Amino acid sequence: MIRQRRRSAFTALAGVLALVLAACGSGGSGSGAQEQQFSDQDVQAALDAGGTLTVWAWEPTLKQVVDGFQRKHPRVKVELVNVGTGDDQYTALQNAIAAGSGVPDVAQLEYYALPQFALAKSVTDLRTLGADEYRDTFTPGPWASVHAGEGVFALPMDSGPMALYYNQEIFQKHGIAVPTTWDEYVAAARALHAADPAVYITNDIGNAGMATSMIWQAGGKPYGVDGTNVTIDFSDEGTQRYTAMWQQLISEKLLAPVDSWTDQWYQGLAEGSVATLVTGAWMPANLQSGVAAGAGKWRVAPMPQWKAGERAGAENGGSGLSIPAASEKKPLAHAFVEYATTGEGVQLRVDGGAFPATTEQLSSPEFLNAEFPYFGGQKANEIFAEEARNVLDGWTYLPFQVYANSVFNDTAGKAYVSDTTLSDGLRAWQDSSIEYGEQQGFTVGP
Amino acid sequence: MSVPVRIRESRRRVAPPRSTGRSTSARRPRRSVLLTALTGVVVLYSLVPLVWLVVNATKTQQGLFDSFGLWFADDFALWDNVVRTLTYDDGIFLRWLGNTVLYVVLGAGGATALAALGGYGLAKFDFPGKRAVFAVIIGAVAVPGTALAVPTFLMFSGMGLTDTPWAVVVPSLISPFGLYLMWTFASEAIPDELLEAARLDGAGEFRIFFRICLPLLAPGTVTVLLFTAVATWNNYFLPLIMLRDRDWYPLTVGLDAWNSQATTAGGEVVFDLVVTGSLLTILPLIAAFLLLQRFWQSGLTAGGVKG
Repeated sequence: MIRQRRRSAFTALAGVLALVLAACGSGGSGSGAQEQQFSDQDVQAALDAGGTLTVWAWEPTLKQVVDGFQRKHPRVKVELVNVGTGDDQYTALQNAIAAGSGVPDVAQLEYYALPQFALAKSVTDLRTLGADEYRDTFTPGPWASVHAGEGVFALPMDSGPMALYYNQEIFQKHGIAVPTTWDEYVAAARALHAADPAVYITNDIGNAGMATSMIWQAGGKPYGVDGTNVTIDFSDEGTQRYTAMWQQLISEKLLAPVDSWTDQWYQGLAEGSVATLVTGAWMPANLQSGVAAGAGKWRVAPMPQWKAGERAGAENGGSGLSIPAASEKKPLAHAFVEYATTGEGVQLRVDGGAFPATTEQLSSPEFLNAEFPYFGGQKANEIFAEEARNVLDGWTYLPFQVYANSVFNDTAGKAYVSDTTLSDGLRAWQDSSIEYGEQQGFTVGP
Repeated sequence: MSVPVRIRESRRRVAPPRSTGRSTSARRPRRSVLLTALTGVVVLYSLVPLVWLVVNATKTQQGLFDSFGLWFADDFALWDNVVRTLTYDDGIFLRWLGNTVLYVVLGAGGATALAALGGYGLAKFDFPGKRAVFAVIIGAVAVPGTALAVPTFLMFSGMGLTDTPWAVVVPSLISPFGLYLMWTFASEAIPDELLEAARLDGAGEFRIFFRICLPLLAPGTVTVLLFTAVATWNNYFLPLIMLRDRDWYPLTVGLDAWNSQATTAGGEVVFDLVVTGSLLTILPLIAAFLLLQRFWQSGLTAGGVKG
């Protein structure tokens, strides 16, 4: 997703680990070519036998899920370990896989990071545990996101259909209409900044997760993956639409020069210098705890469209639960993953404020009618659920997206601080990604 | 404790004064406006972050966002912040504090003991390969611990020691700089004649070390102890990669974990607790410095006298 902030500290380590990961891909943990199949009886037997299960995840509502699971299966003890958020956990996981010890039985992986682990065979193809039956359990976006090739390498835990969050107070104060198209969005950006130079339509200093999600919604498909054959091409029509629009915001300095997830960002959201956010449906929890002063001021609207009347959406963030290939308790791990992503665990997480990836919860009246006091009583889930249905098909991330995202600011990021255009910046990102992919043994072409 | 002072005085007495003007200026230094101003800048540079920390530990999360950074907000929430820091997440902060103390006592204490033993041995005994040992120690001083963290991780992982307190304590036991300091200090502070006299009187080597030398080494030991204690207390990178289990985190890694809750979807944003927790984290260090200040100063000058 969006965590360049902590990148620098780990760049060195990540470099080492990328090599390690590649080495894993060519043997190591995934040496068994024929993966063992497990039946429901195996899972039941494992539950009856009990044991300890190690789960690496940072998602806060999983605590309730673990409690629920242990109540239901008293013989199983689940150790929920937060080894860090996002990149930190991937570093730790790759470390453990490389070291061949201390690998967890279940790991939370964001959708953009999943292909990297899937291709290295570091995580189990869940079809060996019967995951195919869940085809209709999840909304299409997340379900597509847990696939790499034919395999299913995680069960979707949460999803991030994108929506427009806006500070209604600011829009009303300046008499500006809430944008429904990107053209209106650019116009609103100009009007807001002209009315009050301290106010920006949104913040952006270059963010790979945001850029790829925007291209996704614009209909761009810059990445193609077929086994180890990879294509990267940022010259397609959808990408062009995005760069043309976003370039205006950059050139006219209409974006607050603040990185997401920093304290300045929360401050900007609280004091009203950042007027909108286009981001995933998981955002309300962060607004409530991090921007308490914004309660009652913020509202949710559908994501702006490229053409008035269109219904196109995209995902930002979201993660699934995977079972590392090195786990020796796969049936038990699967029981937990099922409970957390398809069973009672989903409702526990929704009750805790998480945004689900399951059709059942997304269409339940209780969920849709929930009123958000933070959004002035608005039934925000109706919008999120609608956006989840609008997510465009056919998007895929690179099997080395974690690395690619880590060099976004060194390449495309230049567009924010120099005369380089965004499309030139994306081309530099493309070149740098291609070079890395080839070093890792992929066949990469534009 | 007073040993280095005595050395310094005796030297001064022995050395003939080269010129009278110089000796008076050494006794009563003139005030320099430039130096005072420069020192003032350095003091300001060191104190401003501390002031910021104290001031902001009194603010609510909202106050952090909408008040001036170097002055107090309308709400004075220090006590509330402290209580919430200590109780948040089932009081895990206290657990982290306990872990940090454990790592400091075992790691820094052990490192100091090893440095005192090794430094004394190197200073007062001759053996083949001493020059090689010296070269290795000087080389080791130059290698930052961070550079060794990943190899250390892989080694500890091979031994199955990662994610245990040992993974933090054992690497902390090694302090090449402490060893070097004790070596220099021991050769200066312990007169060879004293050892000869003790040996003639029939004292064993262990008795000589513990009863005669260790008290003489006290200023140096305290200096090394402070050095290693600060290093271990502030150690971040090593525990970060070694530990998975939150229950074994030291304060540094724990506070970072709280801070990064703000960077995750659905995480609870607790900047106020991070700020207050940081203040609480440095208080013991400040106390240690103030209490051991006298030892610390005399220990530092001991090294300088020799050069």
